[in-house]
Amino acid sequence: MSGAPGVIIAGAAETDQVGRLPGHSTLALHMEAAVNAVRDAGLSLRDVDGIATVSVPGPVQVAHALGIVPRWIDGTGVGGTSFLLHVRHAAAAIRAGYARTVLVTHGESGRSRVGAAPFRVAPSSPGGQFEAPYGTFGPTTTFTITALRYMKDFGLTHEQLAYVAVAQRRWAAKNPRAAYRDPITVEDVLASRLIAFPFHLLECCLVTDGGGALVITSADRAGEFPKPAVHVLGTGESSETPMISQMQDFTASQAFRLAGQDAFAEAGIGPADVGHLMIYDAFAHVPIYGLEALGFVGRGEAGAFIAEGHTEPGGRLPLNTNGGGLSYTHTGMYGMFAITEAIRQVRGEAAAQVGSADISVVLGNGGTFSTAGVLVLGRHPR
Amino acid sequence: MTGAGKPVPEPTPETQPFWDGCAAGELRLQRCTDCATPYFYPRPVCPACGSVNVEWFPASGRATLYSYVINHRPAPGFEDDAPYAIAVVQLAEGPRMMTSLVGVPNTPEDLVLDMSLQVTFEQRGDVYLPVFAPAPDGGGS
Repeated sequence: MSGAPGVIIAGAAETDQVGRLPGHSTLALHMEAAVNAVRDAGLSLRDVDGIATVSVPGPVQVAHALGIVPRWIDGTGVGGTSFLLHVRHAAAAIRAGYARTVLVTHGESGRSRVGAAPFRVAPSSPGGQFEAPYGTFGPTTTFTITALRYMKDFGLTHEQLAYVAVAQRRWAAKNPRAAYRDPITVEDVLASRLIAFPFHLLECCLVTDGGGALVITSADRAGEFPKPAVHVLGTGESSETPMISQMQDFTASQAFRLAGQDAFAEAGIGPADVGHLMIYDAFAHVPIYGLEALGFVGRGEAGAFIAEGHTEPGGRLPLNTNGGGLSYTHTGMYGMFAITEAIRQVRGEAAAQVGSADISVVLGNGGTFSTAGVLVLGRHPR
Repeated sequence: MTGAGKPVPEPTPETQPFWDGCAAGELRLQRCTDCATPYFYPRPVCPACGSVNVEWFPASGRATLYSYVINHRPAPGFEDDAPYAIAVVQLAEGPRMMTSLVGVPNTPEDLVLDMSLQVTFEQRGDVYLPVFAPAPDGGGS
């Protein structure tokens, strides 16, 4: 959309720590992240006139707790990719003049469960009637269920699936904030205990506490902030299904593909223009689906691509450079941490800084291939 | 075995005919009378064309194994079953559904993708759940 006014991310930060934080409630994690992000932008909370966060604790609670009086509110809560959608919606609101400075917050006491909403599937909901009776128990039993079909149809091996965790651990080793930094091998991954065959423990994400926040405003203010502006060049969103059993094709995510197409088209880029990539990795197969949905490799090629080393340190497509949900942190709704790492890379301040991050792409997943968001972020305006 | 402690589906008006079918030993699906697309899960609008002209029909109960996991961290009520398979089957009529696999060891060696299956029903609380077992004839149609 050439001609549309530009939008930037002027501030971005995570909570002081991520990991096990029993002294923080979910709301307190939102607030700490918000304060840090506004400070990162050189602004005050009084400058914020738009608020976006997921439905629990919700934008009304977060705004009130911080003393923000919003003239624009977004409570989109569609799982871990919600924060990517908030960026997209905020960009539209800023272009429309509905808000000038939008704060997007994430906080989740995913591990310690302090002030966190209980997990519950209503027995009268579609999922409660047609999935939960079969013994599903969170994403380890549902998000994972597509993998065997992919493995049969495309010949992905158990070793290639395990290698996704190995590659990301190599990035985590460079990140002092990462939960797990010791090198691992394919043999280590396959020797870790089975969680839900074919997935072993090390092919499943962490469960942690933490938060992050973003400050979004118009690009005409790009010089006003202490940190380099990160330009929002393109965005996309979509949804497919609330129940994994109803996903059209267990070997490909339609939502990932559609969100990516819109984001790349708006930014006017293709895969070859991308120097840094973040793909939501709740489980080891998700980056494989993401690489193919965004067109970085052909169908069925992503497992070999990762196993050949192309996405790890020294590879040509740096992927999940914070260590990802598999090794860095995963609060439950990980999308915010994929965004903050992309911002650090575009700014040039990441722990494992890559030299090619003029354009970074973030792919977020919500639920179990249920929703998707894609952001194309850049060091320069288009 | 009624599966004490396991989640029991709570039918809604639009799903009641499905559960009534299960109690009668019949797997019922819906299809659109405008575009003829069969679909699952039960709902009052055709997902293929948006028509509200839909009807129930008895499915064959034949299916193939589309994908699965073998869960080692049991859900509440499933402690005695672990490790157990959670499967998605491809019904002969086209739609897919999640299910359990019975009458076969829930191991990677015994659960082969695309194997032929046949529906059967297990009581759970007040309802009967459709579950699938290896087809008696090995899968000829």
